[in-house]
Amino acid sequence: MTELEHEALRGLLGAWALRACLSDEAGELERHFDVCPDCAEEGARLRHAAARLSTDDPLDRPDGLRQQVLDFCLARRAPELPLAPWVGPYAAETAKLDALLRDLGRSEWQESVELPWHGGVLRRNPAAVLCHLAAVDGLLAVALGLPDPVEPAGSAAPADPHGPVDPFPRVPAQARSSADPWDHLLERSDLLAEARSDLSPDAVRTLWRQQSLAVIRTVQPGSSALVRYGPGAELPVRDAFVDRAFECWIHGEDVARAVDYPYAGPAPQHLRQMVDLAARMLPTVLAGLRTAAYAGAGGRPQPAARLLKLVIEGPAAGEWLIPLDAERRPEPDPNPDPNPDPELVAELVMDGIEFCQLAAAHRDPERLPVGEYGDRAAIREVLTAVPLLSRP
Amino acid sequence: MTAPDWDQQMRSRLARGEESALGELYDQLSPLVHGLAGRILADESAAAQLTREVFGHLWAHPEEFDPTERSLRSWIGELTHQRAVQRLRRGALDAEEISERVATAQVQYVVAALPPTLRQTIETAWSDGRTYQETARQLGISEQVAKQRLRLGLQLLASELEFGS
Repeated sequence: MTELEHEALRGLLGAWALRACLSDEAGELERHFDVCPDCAEEGARLRHAAARLSTDDPLDRPDGLRQQVLDFCLARRAPELPLAPWVGPYAAETAKLDALLRDLGRSEWQESVELPWHGGVLRRNPAAVLCHLAAVDGLLAVALGLPDPVEPAGSAAPADPHGPVDPFPRVPAQARSSADPWDHLLERSDLLAEARSDLSPDAVRTLWRQQSLAVIRTVQPGSSALVRYGPGAELPVRDAFVDRAFECWIHGEDVARAVDYPYAGPAPQHLRQMVDLAARMLPTVLAGLRTAAYAGAGGRPQPAARLLKLVIEGPAAGEWLIPLDAERRPEPDPNPDPNPDPELVAELVMDGIEFCQLAAAHRDPERLPVGEYGDRAAIREVLTAVPLLSRP
Repeated sequence: MTAPDWDQQMRSRLARGEESALGELYDQLSPLVHGLAGRILADESAAAQLTREVFGHLWAHPEEFDPTERSLRSWIGELTHQRAVQRLRRGALDAEEISERVATAQVQYVVAALPPTLRQTIETAWSDGRTYQETARQLGISEQVAKQRLRLGLQLLASELEFGS
């Protein structure tokens, strides 16, 4: 046997000890042990070490543990640089998705993930789902002065080099007034997925994770930044963080469903913030629905301002008053009606997780167990409007 | 960022009292801390309590960790191991049971303290029952490198275990 052949056999010792080589390789090495006491000795030693590796899975970390540990630590020592409470949901949801992704095997990264929204169902593999999350999170990054993952510094060349980078440079001007601002988000997502298509799933995960950690680290509790989701669609940074947490949870669950893993819902105090954001955005969607329904029908008689009380049950319990007749007037009405007293016309009772799932268009409003009191038409109106909050 | 850089930066951020660093610390090291605690204590609520205690200790006293001496993984692994054993000794278990659990957990802790690339390669081959060829493909490394890492990792593991027992 040449020295080179001997080296090749010795190189197999670790794999052999872990029973991680092919059987003909193992057979050859074992025959070699008969004539080579050095290799036989190292083989025995490594196999002995390998035998002590445990096979049992460690305990799964219980769902609420992260929050419990953080709360315990923060009670023990108050942070000098605290996170804003509205960053909490995003920090927790991105960490949860990261933990799921670290467990995915090679074949699971090839699975097709279904991403339902009110306009249909998108299908992407998990890496492309991550690029979608990263592309929209990138708008948050840009608003905080961090680089845009889709159009890194240099390629976008903003007019004012110190100003914020335009996140939609490739969108033609006429398309910017298009009724569907989500096209831009999908375009960004696909650009990023294409740019990262040669990377390993682990590299895609790492880039997404680094960006999410960077925005968490960068945002100041007093930040008044505005996040541009598209032409005419802006959210204050505090709402944008809750929105991104919401999408991360929903798409994390979409991925988990595709690979058949369990996925926990958000912590109660985080869920509450998501419900609150959705409840605050509802009046705009309702107004849009009404405009569409009555366009061309000569308008409808303006009723008194109606209110619906949304009662959320479960861990995120709370109550929200939803104005059903808020108008989206482009200009202040020169002859406003004397403001009628808002009238509480209905009460809708549902679970917080179910409400959010409905807002993500992951539930059928017709089949949702809800408690209804009062004006049934008003309740139908709201249940129809909630899924319209969803985006691709 | 290399592991020692991450450790160094984490320590300064914890010392500055950055709440965002605490979350990152938990996300990176809770599988190790909670896994070790669970293996030694074999009780879910005791493991959760110990996990709180260990992170609480590092958050309150980040200066106790010296990145020039060792890695944060190995430091926090040892802290968890020590505290778990102390807790076990306060209980009603007999000495044999204690030493058995400690020995099992010791392996996990030694593996956790291995250089990340070696640990990842061993875990990929072992826990998922892959051949070194499959391991190499999974990790995007050459088969030669996979074999080398498995051998080197087990050599380190063997020395640590022989030294420790």
